[in-house]
Amino acid sequence: MIKDQDYLKKIADICLSRSKKLGSTDASILVQSSVSENINVRNKKLDGSERSENLGVVLTTYLGKKKSSIASSNLKESNLNELVDRCIETMKITPEDEYNSLPDKDLHFSGLKDLDLYDETHLSNEDKINYIKEAEDEAFSNNKIVNTNGSGFGENKSNFLLANSNGFADGYKTSQFTAYCEVVSKSNGSMERDYEYTSKRFYNDILKPKDLGSIAADHAVKKLNPKKIKSEKISLIFDKRISKNFLSIFASAISSNAIAKGTTFLKDKLNQKVFNTEININDRGDIKKANGSRYFDSEGIGIINLDLIKNGILQDYLIDTYNGKKINRKSNGRASGTTNLYFENGSKTFSELIKSEKKLLYIKETIGHGTNIINGDYSVGASGIMIENGEFLYPVSEITIAGNLNNIFQNITLADDLEFNYSTNSPTMHVQGMIVGGK
Amino acid sequence: MTSLLKNSELSLEKADKIVSETLNSCDDGELYVEDTKSETIVLDDNKIKSSNYTSDLGYGFRAVTGDTVAYSHSNEISEKSLKNSSDNLKSTLKNNSGTYNSEIKKTNQKLYKDIDPIESKSMKSKIELLNNMNEYARSKDISVKQVTASLLAEKKNIEIIRSGGELLSDNRPLVRINMSVMVEKNGRKETGVYGIGGRQDYDEYLRNDNWKKVCDEAFRIANTNIESKHSPAGEMKVVLGPGWPAILIHEAVGHGLEGDFNRKKTSAFYDLVGKKVASKGVTIIDDGTIDNRRGSLNIDDEGTPTERTVLIEDGILKNFMQDRLNARLMNTKSTGNGRRESYKHVVMPRMRNTIMLGGTNTQEEMIKSVDKGIFAVSFGGGQVDITSGKFVFNCTEAYEIINGKVGAPIKGATLIGDGPSSLKEILMVGNDMMLDPGIGTCGKAGQGVPVGVGQPSLLINNMTVGGTQL
Repeated sequence: MIKDQDYLKKIADICLSRSKKLGSTDASILVQSSVSENINVRNKKLDGSERSENLGVVLTTYLGKKKSSIASSNLKESNLNELVDRCIETMKITPEDEYNSLPDKDLHFSGLKDLDLYDETHLSNEDKINYIKEAEDEAFSNNKIVNTNGSGFGENKSNFLLANSNGFADGYKTSQFTAYCEVVSKSNGSMERDYEYTSKRFYNDILKPKDLGSIAADHAVKKLNPKKIKSEKISLIFDKRISKNFLSIFASAISSNAIAKGTTFLKDKLNQKVFNTEININDRGDIKKANGSRYFDSEGIGIINLDLIKNGILQDYLIDTYNGKKINRKSNGRASGTTNLYFENGSKTFSELIKSEKKLLYIKETIGHGTNIINGDYSVGASGIMIENGEFLYPVSEITIAGNLNNIFQNITLADDLEFNYSTNSPTMHVQGMIVGGK
Repeated sequence: MTSLLKNSELSLEKADKIVSETLNSCDDGELYVEDTKSETIVLDDNKIKSSNYTSDLGYGFRAVTGDTVAYSHSNEISEKSLKNSSDNLKSTLKNNSGTYNSEIKKTNQKLYKDIDPIESKSMKSKIELLNNMNEYARSKDISVKQVTASLLAEKKNIEIIRSGGELLSDNRPLVRINMSVMVEKNGRKETGVYGIGGRQDYDEYLRNDNWKKVCDEAFRIANTNIESKHSPAGEMKVVLGPGWPAILIHEAVGHGLEGDFNRKKTSAFYDLVGKKVASKGVTIIDDGTIDNRRGSLNIDDEGTPTERTVLIEDGILKNFMQDRLNARLMNTKSTGNGRRESYKHVVMPRMRNTIMLGGTNTQEEMIKSVDKGIFAVSFGGGQVDITSGKFVFNCTEAYEIINGKVGAPIKGATLIGDGPSSLKEILMVGNDMMLDPGIGTCGKAGQGVPVGVGQPSLLINNMTVGGTQL
């Protein structure tokens, strides 16, 4: 069972009062409790079960502009006391940093909590096994699926309390139901794997098992017997599961941490055209039941909706208290990063997008970590499908795609097929003229 | 021996009883208890940005029968909590029964000292070191615009309680010193990153002002990249430098030789034991027994002593890396590769220090033999798709080779290849085998574990380079 608010409050009080007694001028604390249960199935047979019970506390103490933190999963009072003592000792000898402080009291969250982020539904292990077996059964009904890498179902429930010495104390429960199916296809000596994944706060919102299995199978089969293509400059279509990655890159490039340090290619681009004029990017924390929704960030600051890109122009950064002070801006509640981040729909349909050029390469997977936020260089391994005249022709693999994000962002066209499946979501994306490395 | 349970509400006797009673009818399993203390101090943007100390205590209780694994972990260490876990394990395995395999090799292996690297250096001197690193790096050149330096130390004590009361333990220190430098010149920005570490006290790595060399190296890489030109795209010959570039070996073949993927027949290598998978002269080992190395362990996380496992010998595939579960199902013995990130994670076969042994060629002759290609000296992260065998990694320092000579530095290229075929494309193996500086972390199924790599210079006939210049 996850712990209730009273239990979390008791732990928070122990730490906050001891910190104060030992001379800290300010303190903030996060106490968390979560329980998750996961079932793994492979080749339609139970492969494993996993149950995790997690408790944790993170305490930050301040002495004026000095600061130090401790974290622990051992919530025995004697252990907590020892750790608080240690935190205070370290704090005293840590150099001052003029930007250290608790967040602005006026920005503390104090609204209604009506976003529906907790589904108390509990599935028995049998129900979880049945769900995931049904997904694998469906995948295996495709005769090119010969094996699975494992499929799983997970249920996570958590509760937390965030409190600070300025009087903030609030927390709430959240839930997450997750299922994935990863299958292996084989044909003519070629072996490929692919997956489908679903994750929602409410059990009723996740994909139906049959859909999960059939989509995974379809992905894996379509990758079979790939060709390697010649190096060339070609326009790319990014499948929705890849196009959303560009939003994550964008988000890290406009974090106030990177902006303050100058370690981003989007520094000094505020109020400038970063994307073409048809692109709008929003970050909304108040969508009911959505994966990325939250009431306040990890400092207790209420979430406001941000129009980050409007008609291609950069409107705002993602700001927390510490880095905000460095750039003379107030926090906009993004100490924990983005909430529900998405590109607004474009004006073209998917089919118009894939017919927009005679020859296009459809990217379904990228591998590697080839994104350089500092200068915008982008180079990753990829696989996908060649499209000619709107027809999907043959799979392509062992290629690289490369460009610079400054150019990539200016050359994006979006379809109108946005769905809110994850916390970061994008429609299908067309990027004009990227360099493919191949034969 | 005093158990990690000594200060908890759970006595060792009670724990023993619950473990034995739960695992009696299973093939394998154990109670794994872990007490980890870690400390991270970060200097960023001229300030000590954070000092975090973490104390984590918990257990993971595992029962295995056939190929089904039941796992339950918690950080509430009490009889009640362990009993709940036991009930949970039993309910998963209720339809199976097995015979407990109590055989486990003994060892007196001591590859690192039982030290506490957090306490053995004072907070004051750690802060002073970071400040010195910052000032020194910034003094290298006015083009240095940003410096991030960090110190990470950890002391992880583990205990494995097996059915029948057998108790195995290991105390594992680990430190890492990192430096990142950003250089800005003529409107361009580039970074250089370097680090060192292993299973000794900080001071062992700081002798003779060694921290200056860490700063020098980070600055050198950033400064090299500021002059870099766009990378070519397409297939070409690649010369790899010695040491850290062995993450190519780690990605290209290492993961594909882990027991689980081969037992499940999802690895591109699963039916290739005894077959030629690499050029003659290529020998690859996975060694958990090198003193003080980041990837070394006295025993793995199932209690099996680590060993030096020969994976590929003179081009022929010899062995996979095994944990107990996969070894049992494949009728072989564990190679001491059963590892987990923490008590919160299930054991899997994982690499330790993965090394290609040296050959006879010189780096000079490799470069001389290339008309058009690239010379890759250092890499960032890599990744592999086990099933298709395709792997990538990102160059953080590389140069073009033209007519047998090293030319201009090139920026941010990705290399992509096919694991099984790229090993056969190795044309020369260098005589300059080197281990990495002690910075690697390998990720698999969401779990990160410290690893090491090593290799000599290599000449690879043909790899795809992902750049922007056609």
